[in-house]
Amino acid sequence: MTTSTKPPQREEQHKAVKLFPSRLVTAPKGVQGPYKTPRNHVFRDHRKFGFSNIMLVLVVLFLFTPLFVVVGYSFNATKGMRWAGLSLVWYEKLLFGSAELWRAFGNSLLIAISSSMVATFLGSMAAVGIKWYKFKARTYIQITSFLPMVLPEVIIGISMLIFFTAVKIPLGMFSIFVAHTTFNLPFVFLLVSARLEEFDFSIIEAARDLGATERQTLLKVIIPSIMPGVTSGFLMAVTMSLEDFVITFFVSGPGSTTLPLYVYSMIRYGVSPVINALSFVLILGIMLMALSFRRFLKTIAASS
Amino acid sequence: MKGFDVTVKDVSRAYGAFKALDNVSIEIKKGEFFSLLGPSGCGKTTLLRIIAGFDSPDVGSVLLDGRNIIPLPPDKRQVNTVFQNYALFPHLSVYENVAFPLRLKHIPETKLDTKVRDYLHLVQLDAHLDKKPSMLSGGQKQRVAIARALINEPNVLLLDEPLSALDAKLRQNLLVELDHLHDQIGITFIYVTHDQSEALSVSDRIAVMNQGVVLQVGSPYEIYESPATDFVARFIGETNLFPAVVTKCEAYDKYFMTTLEIPELQAEIKVTDYDELKQGQQVSFTVRPEKLKITGHKPSRVGKDINLFSGVVEEPIYSGFQTKYYVRLDNGTVVKVQMQHTNYMDEGPDIEWKDQVYVSWSAEDGYIVEVIDK
Ligand SMILES: Nc1ncnc2c1ncn2[C@@H]1O[C@H](COP(=O)(O)OP(=O)(O)OP(=O)(O)O)[C@@H](O)[C@H]1O
Ligand SMILES: [Mg+2]
Repeated sequence: MTTSTKPPQREEQHKAVKLFPSRLVTAPKGVQGPYKTPRNHVFRDHRKFGFSNIMLVLVVLFLFTPLFVVVGYSFNATKGMRWAGLSLVWYEKLLFGSAELWRAFGNSLLIAISSSMVATFLGSMAAVGIKWYKFKARTYIQITSFLPMVLPEVIIGISMLIFFTAVKIPLGMFSIFVAHTTFNLPFVFLLVSARLEEFDFSIIEAARDLGATERQTLLKVIIPSIMPGVTSGFLMAVTMSLEDFVITFFVSGPGSTTLPLYVYSMIRYGVSPVINALSFVLILGIMLMALSFRRFLKTIAASS
Repeated sequence: MKGFDVTVKDVSRAYGAFKALDNVSIEIKKGEFFSLLGPSGCGKTTLLRIIAGFDSPDVGSVLLDGRNIIPLPPDKRQVNTVFQNYALFPHLSVYENVAFPLRLKHIPETKLDTKVRDYLHLVQLDAHLDKKPSMLSGGQKQRVAIARALINEPNVLLLDEPLSALDAKLRQNLLVELDHLHDQIGITFIYVTHDQSEALSVSDRIAVMNQGVVLQVGSPYEIYESPATDFVARFIGETNLFPAVVTKCEAYDKYFMTTLEIPELQAEIKVTDYDELKQGQQVSFTVRPEKLKITGHKPSRVGKDINLFSGVVEEPIYSGFQTKYYVRLDNGTVVKVQMQHTNYMDEGPDIEWKDQVYVSWSAEDGYIVEVIDK
């Protein structure tokens, strides 16, 4: 535009802008031409052998050394801590001579999957109900549903035991299933609630607007869009159920030994290297699962 | 012309004692780009939801191509909506979001695929088919929402402030695209906005609403140049607005030359109007800043229908293509004057801060507007 009749300070501004476009204005004195800001030194630090890197290595060592030891000894030819050469005897024994261990593993899987499915169903329904409907006992239910999460497991275990004895439910697979469903519920509830928290109600109207009936809206929009919360709730429940020892210990009966219980009973007679072999098999299995879930978890992250 | 006409007839909707819509009647023509304009909370979304079928009026009817659609559920109306917050399905990709309405109708896969790609091409999203909505920018989300609403080939497209979440520059671009899209498809667009410049720039006609009432329906030109009420005058563009009393009203062959007494200016001014007004009637007087002339010296010849005041420049605001002056008149009132810098070789804006100036306007450039409390 024009300059001659404008007030003088505007002219100065004009010049300043022409010399140094605003993002280059930080050029230090004496620097001519386009000027790049130097790379931030803070971000360079991690390439050096600095404090944070040493800590990282130490923590990783601390976490994984026991695992490496266990894996190493699973290939040992003898029992005990003395190294006697590479061998697969313990794997052989694990696969062909440990029927009881596999039965316990089967029990664990059965309970984990069945109780997680029931807990996922109930927990999701509870989350939806508490989020979308208003009724009196709402806050009360919300608070009590978190109790199993904060109470010490021993207390839950004992109270379950007392309860089962009182109502004359025999201790066994069924009682374990009930107990696991109970302590899994709040986790599913929490994860689905979190998902519902960001549920955008207008997508229901959008679906109706685009020609979906109420049924189609439920099946094609509402359920799929809260599915990531439901699935992560389910996975969480499976994990918790598989590894639970304390509560299961109280409510199990004859013939319903789960894997953690069985491993514990084996250890009481000295650590058998079969457990080492089992550990390695489990580590491998879990790593495979984690890798295949990574893709899945990424899509969850993307859609939330 | 494609699309349906939409008639809103005597629609009222109250939430408890609060009237969100109060006896609203609007006739929207086939293929029109019609805007509902009003401040936040004036009932625009409520009216749109009633047309789409998410809400029903307490009384009144909505006719689509002459047929009352109030009893129909939303999925049975040939109306689609672009929501204020886009309402994309988070679990579906861009492609599947747009394909959603077709999948419901079990359209064969090959036909569906071509159609979805066509519509995504129409809104220039060919490169983002597989992305999830959470990976898109605001403008892209908005375009997915438009493609999804258009793929059903509705006869009316409702748009609820689709650009409000975007930055000014992008908003301008998308607005132009939207207008272009409207020209291409030719169906009726009902566009809700609280941004007057948006409404003015693309609409065929505008309904200005406030507090659940429609104040004026007209072309952007009509709404801007002859506002019906003082609210419309203030809401659309910038203006100088003063309460006034009619002192004289002389009839000429095509108009009335009205003389108004304006207490704030401590003066009488002249204004032409098409209605005869009674002496002593309370009205408002409005004149747009760009209609005022500002000069450093007293105009040599002052016609009898020129209103002239003198004052001092209190604040000049230069913005490149124009300068806006706040001028304090001798009687103490501040008026806004806008001066376009069309050609630099003309007399430049040598008027500066604290200069003594003269402000004038012709009787034809002012307007008398009704005073109502909405
Ligand atoms: N469900 C409801 N219950 C009570 N009041 C409501 C309800 N929905 C809307 N209102 C009221 O009705 C009025 C109009 O709301 P509406 O959503 O139509 O405004 P709007 O013009 O779309 O505003 P904005 O530009 O902010 O979107 C508002 O004052 C609002 O508070
Ligand atoms: Mg709204």
